[in-house]
Amino acid sequence: MLDIEIDGKQAQVPAGSTIMDAAQLVGAYIPHFCYHKKLSIAANCRMCLVQVEKAPKPMPACATPVTSGMKVFTHSELAVTAQKGVMEFLLINHPLDCPICDQGGECQLQDLAVGYGGSASRYQEAKRVVFHKDVGPLVSMQEMSRCIHCTRCVRFGQEIAGVMELGMANRNMHSEIQTFVGRTVDSELSGNMIDLCPVGALTSKPFRYSARSWELSRRKSISPHDSLGSNLTVQVKDNRVMRVLPRENEEINECWISDKDRFSYAGLNSAERLQKPMIRVDGALREVDWNVALDYVAHALKDITKTHGGEAIAALGSAHSTLEELHLLQKLTRGLGSGSVDFRPRRRDFSADGKLAGTPWLGLKLAQIGQLDAALVVGSFLRKDHPLFAQRLRQLARKSGKVSLISVTGDDPLISLHAQLTVSPEELTRALAAVVKAAAQLTNTALPAGLESIEPCATSQLIAQSLLAGEQRAIFLGNVAEQSAQAAQLHALAAELARLTGASFGFIGEAANSVGGYVAKALPTALNAYEMFAQPRQAYVLLGVEPELDCYNPQQAVAALKQAALVVMLTPFKPNAALDYADVLLPTTPFTETSGSFVNCEGRVQSFNGVARPLGDARPGWKVLRVLGNVLAIDGFDYDSSEQVRDEILAPDSLFVDGLDNGINGLSFSLGAVTAGLQRIAEVPIYFADPLVRHSDALQQTRDAAAPTARMCAATLAQTGITDGAQVRVRQGQAEALLTARADESVPPACVRVAAAHASTATLGDMFGAINVERA
Amino acid sequence: MAILGALNPMLTVGLNGDKAWRLDDYVKRDGYSALKKILAGKMPQDQVINEVKKSVLRGRGGAGFPTGLKWSFMPRAFSGDKYLVCNSDEGEPGTFKDRDILLFNPHSVIEGMIIAAYAMGAARGYNYIHGEVWEVYTRFEEALDEALAAGLLGKNILGSGFDFELFAHHGYGAYICGEETALLESIEGKKGQPRFKPPFPASFGLYGKPTTINNTETFAAIPLIMNLGGEAYLESGKANNGGTKLFSVSGHVNRPGNYEIPLGTPFPILLEMAGGMRGGRELKGCIPGGSSSPVVPASIMMDCTMDYDSISKAGSMLGSGAVIVMDETTCMVKALERLSFFYYEESCGQCTPCREGTNWLYRIVHRIENGQGRADDLDLLGSVTTNIMGRTICALGDAASMPVQSFVKHFRDEFAYHIEHKKCLVPPDIQRAGSGFFKATV
Amino acid sequence: MLTTESLKKIDREIAKYPPEQKQSAVMAALAIAQEEQGWLSSEAIEFVANHLGMAPMAAYEVASFYNMYDLKPVGKYKLTVCTNLPCMLSGGVDAGEYLKQKLGIGFNETTPDGRITLKEGECMGACGDAPVMLVNNRRMCSTMLPEQIDKLLAEFE
Ligand SMILES: Cc1cc2nc3c(=O)[nH]c(=O)nc-3n(C[C@H](O)[C@H](O)[C@H](O)COP(=O)(O)O)c2cc1C
Ligand code: SF4
Ligand code: FES
Repeated sequence: MLDIEIDGKQAQVPAGSTIMDAAQLVGAYIPHFCYHKKLSIAANCRMCLVQVEKAPKPMPACATPVTSGMKVFTHSELAVTAQKGVMEFLLINHPLDCPICDQGGECQLQDLAVGYGGSASRYQEAKRVVFHKDVGPLVSMQEMSRCIHCTRCVRFGQEIAGVMELGMANRNMHSEIQTFVGRTVDSELSGNMIDLCPVGALTSKPFRYSARSWELSRRKSISPHDSLGSNLTVQVKDNRVMRVLPRENEEINECWISDKDRFSYAGLNSAERLQKPMIRVDGALREVDWNVALDYVAHALKDITKTHGGEAIAALGSAHSTLEELHLLQKLTRGLGSGSVDFRPRRRDFSADGKLAGTPWLGLKLAQIGQLDAALVVGSFLRKDHPLFAQRLRQLARKSGKVSLISVTGDDPLISLHAQLTVSPEELTRALAAVVKAAAQLTNTALPAGLESIEPCATSQLIAQSLLAGEQRAIFLGNVAEQSAQAAQLHALAAELARLTGASFGFIGEAANSVGGYVAKALPTALNAYEMFAQPRQAYVLLGVEPELDCYNPQQAVAALKQAALVVMLTPFKPNAALDYADVLLPTTPFTETSGSFVNCEGRVQSFNGVARPLGDARPGWKVLRVLGNVLAIDGFDYDSSEQVRDEILAPDSLFVDGLDNGINGLSFSLGAVTAGLQRIAEVPIYFADPLVRHSDALQQTRDAAAPTARMCAATLAQTGITDGAQVRVRQGQAEALLTARADESVPPACVRVAAAHASTATLGDMFGAINVERA
Repeated sequence: MAILGALNPMLTVGLNGDKAWRLDDYVKRDGYSALKKILAGKMPQDQVINEVKKSVLRGRGGAGFPTGLKWSFMPRAFSGDKYLVCNSDEGEPGTFKDRDILLFNPHSVIEGMIIAAYAMGAARGYNYIHGEVWEVYTRFEEALDEALAAGLLGKNILGSGFDFELFAHHGYGAYICGEETALLESIEGKKGQPRFKPPFPASFGLYGKPTTINNTETFAAIPLIMNLGGEAYLESGKANNGGTKLFSVSGHVNRPGNYEIPLGTPFPILLEMAGGMRGGRELKGCIPGGSSSPVVPASIMMDCTMDYDSISKAGSMLGSGAVIVMDETTCMVKALERLSFFYYEESCGQCTPCREGTNWLYRIVHRIENGQGRADDLDLLGSVTTNIMGRTICALGDAASMPVQSFVKHFRDEFAYHIEHKKCLVPPDIQRAGSGFFKATV
Repeated sequence: MLTTESLKKIDREIAKYPPEQKQSAVMAALAIAQEEQGWLSSEAIEFVANHLGMAPMAAYEVASFYNMYDLKPVGKYKLTVCTNLPCMLSGGVDAGEYLKQKLGIGFNETTPDGRITLKEGECMGACGDAPVMLVNNRRMCSTMLPEQIDKLLAEFE
């Protein structure tokens, strides 16, 4: 610790701190633009110049390390003169178009100019003009003349997003922020640059000119998308969500959010929102009143239980639903006499059910990732599945943590990896088993039965070594591992590897409430999410799922739904494709129009309130389920608030849920055969992962939302006699899809990468499994 | 041969063979003898550094920082890679000495660098060569090949067990890369944008490793110092200003070129060596240390001796030793306009005061030169320069400001005349005659 | 994209730097690409970036920062005249004017026949030989008085 003095205040600061750090400790404000606590120090704006005793010239606070006994004056005449001088330079070429600028009211330059700017400009020359650029549907670079060259956006790309899409071209006063020859900005974290830009140079394209910042009310919320539970500030005007911004939470999302979290709100205002209940009458869906719809559903469900028994009914929720909704869904289903309820539509293998020691979770706190010495991620499209989780691992790798990946495609995670194994989905268990065996060999531990035939390769040894060195290590199972037909085997292997290495292990979790679904016990005692379609039922209740896009085998799901006597959908959107199987549509509200809770991957309970009134006649899912319970005269459905529902599940004021435990018992290893023939690899593209993102027109214009293709490596293409760019017929079971073939060396041999969750592939079958491809 | 003359030459002594740059020629001139002595006698690293300290060799790149002291900053105990970098970027207007050293005596630089690498424990070095001088780059690469073939570079130099690899890196047109940290960024394959210091290169240099950077001429002096001994070298110059130095004389003289003189030699002698004033005209002003150093009016200049201390007393800097001579045909506003354009053009663009300020300065001087000056422009120039100086990441901001301040200070009347009369004090035909360009045809 | 000969030259440059510092060869690689193709198209810049494993934008930053790269096509002969102060004092600016008149073009322009591009340069480190000019980044021409300029232009076919 060093003793220093800032503006006469004594302070003790850790060695290695800068004057800026120290000032923040004592609460002294030093004006700045280029400095950002999460980015490297550029010291280029020079706004933070302060006086340091004995220094002949003013020093930039952001870059000057403190020394013992240093005396700093942040507002002395020398400091203020220097700061004013810099401000004058910043303003001479700035358009000063605050009245028409989107940043107006939240602009650091505007704020500081009031304090430090002169009244009249001494600069009488023509100002610099910088041409606008089109960099895609999310970030606007329409007014680059406003740029003050702080390079925050460039550093963000290089350091946080892991990809340098923006750079500062040219030199001198012609320096200009741009992309490489007019390319678009495609990072899944790009929207953060808008927040980082201290002026109105980078703005939000969907938000531009739609409101002034001071007209917006700011409300807290939680992202309903991935399993982090990013904290949001949702800004609302006239009951309409106008903008979503990160709410800083160092433990979860730090100061970032993904573009999915930021721009999905466009879906809230989509014309596809379902605003009135609908019932199929004479083959067509008709709008009806709520009481008519609820009566209809209650009668139909009762009829079916009477004639076919409760087990003729199945209910499927989504891991994007709230804790309260999932709780009421399972309670309702059980009340109707059925144990067929689930919230994991993209799963295939449920053999771990009943063998779990507790609620599966991440295995550690998100904030602990930064302290890991090594991490292994198994089966994940990391960047696209979990943008900010990937970001934490990226930072870990940047400061010398060893991050390894075992995955089913060679997609670049933009992380400098320690080791990477890319194998076909069927080989995933073997690849992980090889690491287990390598770890057993390295630690001279007896090998568990079933793994004898495995030969660890050099890479698996490298991974095992990394997991054995250092203090804290972790193994993470991603979405693919959970969706795999051998999910339970992967789970058990990870558990074994963790035991051998002393690493923690856990699941990253597919969605906002992947842990919450377990906590709400939205779990089958009869048929699970796969079986309920494999063994068709008489009635289905669907909560927030669009089965043709959200199920492991949409072909089978849709067939089962079509033959059912009753399909009830609780949904915020009109489901186009579903129109021929749904009998009743009940408009429920998205996360912004309801209260509820999500339990994130680390088991953290985050409750939130609605930020806007429900659109049209839509109602929060928990209320709809409550009324249904009442109409059906099922006991225990008298709730006044969602908090009451929550309190039935959790101890009051729980910050974290109890019972988190990834243990798995009584499963023996059997690695399964590797079949001949082509295998499908189905990722869930980032902007198709849930109904809300699918309805965000802004996100649907990005490159990540491009229609799926059939991607194969050159060897597979040659083997199937298909050329890059050819039209191909992709077949699973009885149905097919027409796609364009693409050469892609990141796909392992004998595999075809065909994305799920898209209308063009909704006819297909299993996400991972046999697939045929032929020339169309 | 472009080294046109010398007084008591050391750096350029014996440079008269027609292939003086060859290894055999250099060896004939006692080349590599210093290195051999050091390696054969396993001279302690400290002793090498001490000898350089004793010589009071001051960096020839511009700042005049004592070389021995700089070398002693390199961390001794550091176990990883350390780097040695030679700065031959030579972009300071008026300076063209490093070019001639590398063209005619490249092995002196190589030998100096090997000795330096030995003294500081660096295993790898780069010579960053100015973009526009392609033949210098190829010449230096040839010299490297010769040295490598002779076992003077690479692994186990002369059987001593000491390894040093040296490569040439070719610049591509950016003055700022002469600034040492911009130069490092440039070697790393980036834009040449200077780094904020601290940390200094000795702790965080090339690829983040401890690095020492010296100018070409600085390295070229090292073998001499080791052969002569530090004290003898110091004595050949003047107290606190060790040795001889190359001066690049340009502008209105009869024989522009490089001249080697002992530090402390009176300016009139240098002027005379350069053939005196062109056309016998009167000296008006002189920029004694490259374009970034303040201009000195004739009367003061004629009383200076050419060394760091004397020039500094005259209110300027010896800098890189580039002497730009201007006679009475020179329009000082136009001269400053061209310099201001240079700094505006060459600003790397990262820090606000330099990026915006150099542009502003140029625009003001430009409008004065073009008859659109305003009454308060000279004060404005002064105020803009104070807002730049000392507030930038690197010294380019100061380098751009000092000419403006000094030109306005010493030739204020001429600037005022321009503003008031919207034309130049020096008639256009006289200005035109000054350059001598049309002499042949007119 | 580039000839094997150019690629060989680039490999020689890469070898100068530590193996994990391939990016250090970007300046040389861009220069080699420009020498082969006459100028640096964005395709060439991207090729170099991929070859060295760096972001295309990072390579573009470099290409647009250093003066001697040409991001637009230039004539067969690119003539860069130094007009900086030391050269100006000995005719650098006059030489520029002389060339503009003779060629009928301004700085940063190319003669209609596409042969000669004229550029204004900064100090080339050769002020003692003023006026100086550089042909195609490589050949330095000294003391370029009218007679020598005429001779040089006559050489350009
Ligand atoms: C804008 C600027 C340009 C510079 N240009 C050069 C140069 O061309 N050559 C050089 O040796 N030093 C140049 N320097 C000085 C270097 O930063 C550094 O001080 C020098 O290379 C150290 O070598 P020395 O100690 O041997 O002089 C420049 C400095 C600045 C600020
Ligand atoms: S002073 Fe100029 S050249 Fe130096 S870092 Fe700042 S902008 Fe770049
Ligand atoms: S905040 Fe310190 S220089 Fe920009």
